[in-house]
Amino acid sequence: MSTSAAVALPAAAPPSKRPKGRLTGHLLTVLAWAAGLLFFAPVAWMVLTSFKQESQAASNPPTFFFTPTLEQYASIINASGAGSYLLNSVIATACSTLLVLVLAVPAAYAVSIRPVKRTQDVLFFFISTKMLPVVAVIMPIYVIAGQIRMLDNILTLIVLYTAMNLPIAVWMMRSFFLEVPGEVLEAASIDGASLLRTMRTVLLPMVAPGVAATALICVIFAWNEFFFALNLTAANAATVPIFLMSTMTSEGLFLARLSAASVLASLPVVLAGWIAQKQLVRGLSMGAVK
Amino acid sequence: MSTTTDAPVGRGADAPRTPAADGRRARSPREDQNSSAAAWRRRLPLMPALLFVVICTQIPFLLTIWYSLRSRNLLRPEGEQFVGLRNYLDIFIDSTFRTAALNSILITLGCVLVSLVLGLGLAMLLDREFVGRGFIRTLLITPFLIMPVAGAMLWSISMFDPTYGLVNWLISIMGISPVDWTSQFPMLSIVIALVWQWTPFMMLLLLAGLQSQTGDVLEAASMDGATPVQTFVHITLPHLRFYLELSVLLGAIYVVNTFDQIYLMTAGGPGTSSANLPFYIYQRAFLGFDIGQSAAMGVVTVIATIVIATFALRLIFTSINSKEQS
Repeated sequence: MSTSAAVALPAAAPPSKRPKGRLTGHLLTVLAWAAGLLFFAPVAWMVLTSFKQESQAASNPPTFFFTPTLEQYASIINASGAGSYLLNSVIATACSTLLVLVLAVPAAYAVSIRPVKRTQDVLFFFISTKMLPVVAVIMPIYVIAGQIRMLDNILTLIVLYTAMNLPIAVWMMRSFFLEVPGEVLEAASIDGASLLRTMRTVLLPMVAPGVAATALICVIFAWNEFFFALNLTAANAATVPIFLMSTMTSEGLFLARLSAASVLASLPVVLAGWIAQKQLVRGLSMGAVK
Repeated sequence: MSTTTDAPVGRGADAPRTPAADGRRARSPREDQNSSAAAWRRRLPLMPALLFVVICTQIPFLLTIWYSLRSRNLLRPEGEQFVGLRNYLDIFIDSTFRTAALNSILITLGCVLVSLVLGLGLAMLLDREFVGRGFIRTLLITPFLIMPVAGAMLWSISMFDPTYGLVNWLISIMGISPVDWTSQFPMLSIVIALVWQWTPFMMLLLLAGLQSQTGDVLEAASMDGATPVQTFVHITLPHLRFYLELSVLLGAIYVVNTFDQIYLMTAGGPGTSSANLPFYIYQRAFLGFDIGQSAAMGVVTVIATIVIATFALRLIFTSINSKEQS
């Protein structure tokens, strides 16, 4: 791919105007569209199925053209107990996310701004707990929760989801604190502002986007969590993933209904992720990638 | 497993200091006396989070070690006693445990490597201007955002069902007879569902890596007559190294703990052929009620994870630090 042609042309003409480059460009665009549609196809199929009658959903060959119905959605929304599953998920997600932020923001401040010795060890410890397989601790958690009568209690899920997301949140918030210019802090401390005041008036406004990004990641992981909910909850504290599973197993297979439930269960996180795509990258990499 | 580096992370020690900062760092004698108290005051904001994580992860793990040294079965409450390492010996002669360990490795390696390659390809496709780029990017990240329970059921039923699954309909058009995916190829089915979920994750990280590359280096390479392949191998790949390592490490951390897909798609079956360690330990604990054995398996899993992860972490830490210093 020589650029001589582009150099010879007036500066305004971009290199892609050359016929060969343009053809490659079109091919790459087509490829990107094909890949995007292919990856999305299962989701599209799920959405399509959710608007079918059950007989159309389980047909062979598959039904592509049909009169859409909202019957399945109505049946999910009116299902007995659906509201309580939803409420449990909302409580577990919101409370654990708030608790994570309350604990992670000061911790990240301590390990990023004027850090003391052995900070790296602490950061290492935080991330190493993410590598602890959950199955290795589920049995004692189950036994302890049973002994203190906390099985099937939403508080247990809140505590566990907080512990699950806290290490990620500390790493993420640390990366945002590291971006605060040192002069800002120096100026604040020379002014004699106390630590708490510095935090409230100077730091928090500067890292507010970081707090939002951290909250997004915590919400995604807490909302989608299945393993703890499966083992530690029953009738009272069960969350949306458990409801989703029960629509499949308890009533035989109603594919259209299951698809409608899946769409509804996934919708909050999908929408949040779509809207906050930039924050998603930073959160998933625990702040290492901006 | 501690990295005994006393150098503080981040700006505190590394960044060039402003004169004002230097002035402040010249300590008066009184400050010196109080420096230990001051250090504790600076550590204080860290303590609640640290304590919370220690209590929620380390204490249960210590209990797991304790359980692993005792014979305890919830179905036989009278028989609890100290058995030393017998649980550990038992699991090493348990062939199902070995299968589950092997499956864990296969699923993790398969999923991480395939997602990484696909993710890199997609990231490169998206690293250029074209009509609908934002839209395609939005479509591509969706599989990662779908609730894993929903994703698992979507694949096992809507896609892979032998009579009305979409995949079987597609291959029947090409003249291939229907396949009962989740029972004939349980591992492959699980890996496909996982790759679908994790490719967007890899793509997002690698795309961020590609976009952090400065355009003039690439332009200079092309001016010097480098072919696109040469540019990719000698400039883009070395630049992406940090992002590739990070994607592999983070992907592996999550994928090695895969439970939802196995529980919902194959239930570890047929038999135990597609059980990974998390699923097998879950089975022994919550269906077999064998606490001693499942605890011992948990401990072995943790030790193996720590050994592997320590190497990986060192690599990443070096990478992150050199990146932050540059």
